[in-house]
Amino acid sequence: MENIIVKVRDLHKSFRDIKVLEGVNIDIEEGKVTTIIGKSGTGKSVLLKNIIGIMKPEKGEIFFKDIDITKLSDHKLLEIRKNIGYLFQDAALFDFMNVEENITFPLVEQLGIKDGKLLKERVGKLLELVELPGIEKKFPSELSGGMRKRVGLARAIAVEPKIVLFDEPTTGLDPILAESINTLIMKVNKELGMTCVVISHDIASTFRRADKVALLYDGTIQFFGEPAKAVISDHPVLKQFISNSFRPLGKE
Amino acid sequence: MIFFEKIGNFLIRAFNDVSKYIAFTYQCLFYMFAPPYRFGQVADHTERIGIQSIVIVALSTFTTGMILSLQLINIMRLFGAESFAGAGVAISMSRELAPVITAIVLIAKNGSSMTAEIGSMKVTEQIDAMETMAVSPVRYLVIPRIFASLMVFPALTALANVVGIYGGYFVANTSAMINSTSYMHTMYFWVDPEDIWTGLVKAFFFGFIVTTICCYHGLKTKGGAKGVGEATTTAVVISTVAILIADYIMTYIFINFFGL
Repeated sequence: MENIIVKVRDLHKSFRDIKVLEGVNIDIEEGKVTTIIGKSGTGKSVLLKNIIGIMKPEKGEIFFKDIDITKLSDHKLLEIRKNIGYLFQDAALFDFMNVEENITFPLVEQLGIKDGKLLKERVGKLLELVELPGIEKKFPSELSGGMRKRVGLARAIAVEPKIVLFDEPTTGLDPILAESINTLIMKVNKELGMTCVVISHDIASTFRRADKVALLYDGTIQFFGEPAKAVISDHPVLKQFISNSFRPLGKE
Repeated sequence: MIFFEKIGNFLIRAFNDVSKYIAFTYQCLFYMFAPPYRFGQVADHTERIGIQSIVIVALSTFTTGMILSLQLINIMRLFGAESFAGAGVAISMSRELAPVITAIVLIAKNGSSMTAEIGSMKVTEQIDAMETMAVSPVRYLVIPRIFASLMVFPALTALANVVGIYGGYFVANTSAMINSTSYMHTMYFWVDPEDIWTGLVKAFFFGFIVTTICCYHGLKTKGGAKGVGEATTTAVVISTVAILIADYIMTYIFINFFGL
């Protein structure tokens, strides 16, 4: 059995009377790219937010390594979160801080690095990695959507977490920018060795790059496996996803 | 039937909200006594809440002192005791008006901006981002604001005392033509140190109440811009009512338990 870094068991989450997750089970393998697909509003972001512990499930267990994070106190949960990076859909950069301060934030707060020279060096390297050198002093309001996402990625991986969760990293971007973000995700996975969990509607890219694909539908994971198996799967929703994504324009 | 259902729902919501607020203040108190402290941020907020509010607090309390003096002189003149207006103004200002008016001005100017800032961070997932980076938003955003308010509210109240009393003195001297020596003499004779420090103690607690209420509402903001607007209005209304209630309770305690 492969090395499992995150294990979700029978996860339930609802908002008022609306049940969003109704018994989700999924295993995230260490060092791999797992992509979660599903229709909008099916609870993909909710699943990620439960994994990192900023949402609490009503029922179920989420294991990071062998620790059930649903049973942890807030204080202990903060310790677990040091191993997890998170890229939000809109990057969620702190608008009162410039790019440099945004990226140094987790380095200072989580790792306690106070050495200004070291922090500058780390920020420079991270910005080079995301192909945005020299924008340290810019504020988020001065950046485009794609730049914000790349700065958000630099911040998410600044402390070298074991796993990075990407919440729709390519949504709202043009195909070229989306491709550059997808390339960066692969770089994070292959070069830095981080486990990546990606929520994506970019099916073509998902099937090219992901090691595992999960389909979240009706509150549960209805398919989980290699992309090659997904292509030949009989699951009607999965088939619909795949056929719509690969159908040439104008063909019904 | 629907009427009673609405009242019931309102009471349940209010009870839940108060319980959550109490839990939030416990959390704040815990972090206030748990280092590390962010002195740089406390200094920034002290500058924003305190230094930038000096003019508006001074202007508000100066005019309040003037109005109070005018009213007291008008009433006391009926008894030929207009020189006692000085004592009346000083005691009213230091015990009640300076801390309450300062707090109301600071709620309008700073409490609202605390809620709006934190609320907009909440709706743009910046608060969630902070949590994902293992940083407690209460510790990072709320505690420095509380420490700043605990210093600023009493300091500006002290300033309000001086300015408000001078406002009263100015009116007594210029428009009411009261002898300045007798005005000042009655003030020195009747005003005791406890009149001053009870007001400052009130201001200290007002600082805590206003900041926790405004930050609490910021942190529980939902929705987009509309949600931020609603949270800000709610925070301003609740903190204004809360300081008036707290003022009554503290006044009652000072008078009945400490004989002040």
